[in-house]
Amino acid sequence: MMQVSETLSSIQHDERFISIEGIARHYPAPDGGKTTIFENVWFSVKRGEFCCVIGHSGCGKTTVLNMLAGLELPDEGVNIVDGKAIEGPSLDRAVIFQSHALLPWRTVLGNVAYAVASRWPSWKREAINDHARKYIKLVGLSGSELKRPSELSGGMKQRVGIARALSIEPKMMLMDEPFSALDALTRGSLQDEVRRICLDTGQSTFMITHDVDEAIYLADKIVLMTNGPGAMVAEIVDNPLPRNRDRINLHKLPDYYAVRNHLIDFLVTGSKVFRDNIPAGYDPRRPPLVRPAAPTPASPSDRKAA
Amino acid sequence: MFTSLNARALAVSFCIFVAFLLAWHLATQAAVPVQKMDPEYAKLMGLTATKGTSAMPGPLDVAAKIWEHLKSPFYDRGPNDKGIGIQLAYSIARVMAGYLIAVMVALPLGFLIGMSPMMSKALDPFIQIMKPVSPLAWMPLALYTIKDSSISSIFVIFICSVWPMLINTAFGVASVRKEWINVARTLEVRPLRKAFTIILPAAAPTIFTGMRISIGIAWLVIVAAEMLVGGTGIGYFVWNEWNNLSISNVIVSILVIGVVGMILDQILAFFARKVTYPE
Repeated sequence: MMQVSETLSSIQHDERFISIEGIARHYPAPDGGKTTIFENVWFSVKRGEFCCVIGHSGCGKTTVLNMLAGLELPDEGVNIVDGKAIEGPSLDRAVIFQSHALLPWRTVLGNVAYAVASRWPSWKREAINDHARKYIKLVGLSGSELKRPSELSGGMKQRVGIARALSIEPKMMLMDEPFSALDALTRGSLQDEVRRICLDTGQSTFMITHDVDEAIYLADKIVLMTNGPGAMVAEIVDNPLPRNRDRINLHKLPDYYAVRNHLIDFLVTGSKVFRDNIPAGYDPRRPPLVRPAAPTPASPSDRKAA
Repeated sequence: MFTSLNARALAVSFCIFVAFLLAWHLATQAAVPVQKMDPEYAKLMGLTATKGTSAMPGPLDVAAKIWEHLKSPFYDRGPNDKGIGIQLAYSIARVMAGYLIAVMVALPLGFLIGMSPMMSKALDPFIQIMKPVSPLAWMPLALYTIKDSSISSIFVIFICSVWPMLINTAFGVASVRKEWINVARTLEVRPLRKAFTIILPAAAPTIFTGMRISIGIAWLVIVAAEMLVGGTGIGYFVWNEWNNLSISNVIVSILVIGVVGMILDQILAFFARKVTYPE
């Protein structure tokens, strides 16, 4: 009996590894009332799943991420990770900051080692550095260990940020538009790296992005948020593309344009009008799960529209 | 454009220096007509009146005096006749003592003010009122309470060097980038480790700027303080030589004070460069 309930609860934890339950953020408004940035936000992320949130600026995406990191606490509701409510920052959840947030007075090795030493305070210096070097190698920066952040390009800095986040072997990674400050080529290669690392390590990841193609390439699940203030989760898109997709051939996959059009339509119009005509049967606790697919057989007019 | 900027600047500096020495030399050579006067009175009027030469020493007199001081900087022939090296050592020791006490007070207090907006607001009125007070205004109070002139001048050095360090430390600590603090928070870094590994290195360049301003002010103030309290020190030396009407020695002192001040500033600048990080 005991065995069964434990297995059951572990399955529940895997299914709802991250569970966001009715969170809200309010700010005092100038007129004395309150402005609601978002409220009644519910969704969950499975263990090992890559979840992207897209939405326009001001819908509170970054706040949701900060709440998952424990840097901010929700005004209402609760966030649960692996069965525990988030009450503050934790080494279980690594954050990759948009601005990379490397410590400029430390070398690449020093930055990663700082995180490793925070994770395992009792380790010897040797062990810390060896562990740090392993992750620097993973992101392809071997040979640059002794450089300072000011000597690195934007893409290399973000790689160090990724190495630092992975080095603490977190239960999940939180990424706040990690590639938005990079040029297109660097962004592409870093997306490849992140996808490879996440697939290899089975890392659960929560990422914010503005880039629809990035979301389609990386995410298993894409959460669509309407415009703020008063933002809400309109729907959750289940990415229909095969798990072994690669970036080069992404746009040749049959369902690619169906997902892309769906996401773009939402960003262009849906995010604005959703709030004013909420579909019948919409339950914020269970936002509709959508799986866009190419109409079969694909008509030429659809192709043209894309 | 055959020479580097530095070489050209050096050449100009050298020219200015030579021109200055030459002008100084010529100006002090100019003879004044000897005035007919009572010999007794003439004695009181000094060399200008009796021999027609300027009382202002020329560069050669000053150079001779510098050489004289360099030959024996540390002689001690009683309270009113000590080598310039001894006098400097007294002044530097006082500045160091007052300055180090100021560091020990200003850095922790600055940290506290920088970390706590409440303490920052609470202490602000005191700092704002105390900061503009001339340090020498504290001297009578210090002499009355401490009853020791040497320690009083150390106190004056303390009080004048504490403000820039305090304000810069508080500002540096308060303006540490939020993202670095967030890195420490997500890594669950303990407060003490955070203070030494994130806040201190991040604020160090600002703190050292404050320390550099402080050492400059301390060196300015020590001369004035020693003129007031007397006894020993380079400030006392200047005033004593004025009373001796040895203008050469006064000029030598000015040079020495300038050189020592520059060295002190450069030492702090060296440390400031060490802790500055390029972003």
